[in-house]
Amino acid sequence: MIAAVLSLTLLGAVLGLILGVAARKFAVATDPLIGAIEALMPGSNCGQCGMPGCAGAARAIAAREAAVTCCPPGGKALAAALAAKLGIALDLTSMVDEGPKLAEVREEICIGCCRCLKVCPTDAIVGAAKQIHNVIREACTGCGNCVERCPTEAVTMKPVPVTLQHWVWPKPTLAALA
Amino acid sequence: MGLMEKFLHLHAMPRWGVHPDDHKRPAADAPLRTLPLPAKLYMPLQQHVGQPARPIVLVGQKVLKGQLIAEPQGRISAPIHAPTSGTVAAIGEITAPHPSGLPFNAITIASDGADLAADADVAADPFALAPEQITELVAAAGVVGLGGATFPSSVKLALGKRTQVTTLIVNGGECEPYLSCDDRVMRDFAADVIDGVRLMMHALGAKEALVGIEDNKPEAIAAMRKAAAPFSEIKVRPVPSRYPMGSDRQLIETLTGKEVPSDCRAADVGVIVNNVSTANAVHRAIRLGEPLVRRIVTVNGGAVWQPGNILAPVGTLAADLLAYAGLKSEPARLLMGGPMMGAVLPHAQVPIVKGTAGILALSDDEIATPAASPCIRCGNCTRACPIGLLPLEMAAHVRVDDLAGAAALGLSDCISCGCCAYICPSHIPLVQYFTHAKGELWAQERSKLRLDATKRLSAARIERQERETREKAVAAARRKAERAAQKAAEAAAAEAAPTESAT
Repeated sequence: MIAAVLSLTLLGAVLGLILGVAARKFAVATDPLIGAIEALMPGSNCGQCGMPGCAGAARAIAAREAAVTCCPPGGKALAAALAAKLGIALDLTSMVDEGPKLAEVREEICIGCCRCLKVCPTDAIVGAAKQIHNVIREACTGCGNCVERCPTEAVTMKPVPVTLQHWVWPKPTLAALA
Repeated sequence: MGLMEKFLHLHAMPRWGVHPDDHKRPAADAPLRTLPLPAKLYMPLQQHVGQPARPIVLVGQKVLKGQLIAEPQGRISAPIHAPTSGTVAAIGEITAPHPSGLPFNAITIASDGADLAADADVAADPFALAPEQITELVAAAGVVGLGGATFPSSVKLALGKRTQVTTLIVNGGECEPYLSCDDRVMRDFAADVIDGVRLMMHALGAKEALVGIEDNKPEAIAAMRKAAAPFSEIKVRPVPSRYPMGSDRQLIETLTGKEVPSDCRAADVGVIVNNVSTANAVHRAIRLGEPLVRRIVTVNGGAVWQPGNILAPVGTLAADLLAYAGLKSEPARLLMGGPMMGAVLPHAQVPIVKGTAGILALSDDEIATPAASPCIRCGNCTRACPIGLLPLEMAAHVRVDDLAGAAALGLSDCISCGCCAYICPSHIPLVQYFTHAKGELWAQERSKLRLDATKRLSAARIERQERETREKAVAAARRKAERAAQKAAEAAAAEAAPTESAT
């Protein structure tokens, strides 16, 4: 009994020590900047930037391989935050914000297959088997994952209509000063 | 005006602001006219700050004047009432009286011409009512700030309970050029305004009321002094004619000497500001049981044949008002509100709302603006800014899209009064930069909130997926254990069975 307890304790201690030393010695140094950038990203891993998830995008941005404007769900606000983090000057006017797009389910075509709601990174689609699905507009990030999954092309991306609440006065153009 | 007052005025003349040519007369002196009832009235669901109202009538339904047709939603909202009797013709989108020309929802009422009012229940002595009851009645009547901000009045009156409000300031400043609807209200309904002021004081628990009227309206000052004479707690105070005297912070500073800090409201310094037309609306709501369904609108401008003030139901098309006043020429620009802060209208087929003080049809020579030239750093805008901001510096930041830099200079305190753009000798559209920047900052703030929500949602999804996997594993293990137990039991039973049969 005692021999068993002792041998197991010893085994545990030695293996723990090896693991501890290995963790220190072979540690892969990650840039703390990547973590900081990742914390800023939406974290929905939607893949609209073309990189493997938000972590991948954060690595690319930290390595200056991707532009800070690469995240469509983040928009101008995220671009500005990232530029401030990286200390780079950013001309937001050049950022083509072609306006956010949101998914919309065409009810007359939806067959209620539940495929789209499984791929939604923010659980923005509600529905059940053989029930018409619908998109919660406030939760949709416009990643478009659902569009590819829909077997009947019932899900489409629609631009968000400009409403009185969202309309912004255009910047005055000064021909004389230019 | 006494000598003493004149002397005081010289000293009280504020250092901020501008003094544009007021263009108020002859429109202000023309007697009040009443618009013949239009055939169709358009009641927008959003005529106030806050949540839009929710329609409670159906298309085809008959309504009476003053009947509730849309109820408030949320904490800051206001109900909408039918401005005349008739039938609900449509509920849907119409063009908003907004420079964007975007649509918004409205209830269209086809008038039956009878203008039959719903029965109103009126308290015999409103001063016997509790302050909260007055506030409730004001809320039910859909009264909103008629000075232009359209903040629901009941919410303001309820502030009296939460913070100690000692002074009610009644805003008869009307500093915007061209407009004279408040002037007309004070001249023609002075007693009603004073009654409204007393009712609001009762609701707020305020000790005194100061009525601030710009000294370019001597008739209004005289009428209000006469009406306020029996009430020692209400004082009529002429204030210098200086734009933007009608802005609440500037009027508070001029009348009480208190400056409202940048991140505070007027109530935080013990003051509530209400417009004279709002006081009149409160009087009508409490004494007559009449909801806010009509108002006095100034129709003025170089293109108007007979400028003046017109009593019109809310929801009247600007085109109807202009047709009644007559047009000399095709207006070069249509404005809702004053020329300094008003909204350019896309066309005249838009309804007036509760907060519409005026419809201006300006002629070509009135809107002529010289081309902008570079800033000469004269500092005129800095002297004119009533808030004490640096418009030239802020505009320089906005021009290169450095919104954060502009915000650091106090962009959020800008009241968009337009003094800077008015005074600028280089005709730089300063205030236009700031309205753009404020909108853009607000949009960024919204997208940041959305981003945070996205983060929360995706974290919740990941958490859920992990939980589901865990639960599935646990359930699978349980089923396995159950099956094993069952098999063991079966085996035991099978073992036991032969011995049993043997005995």
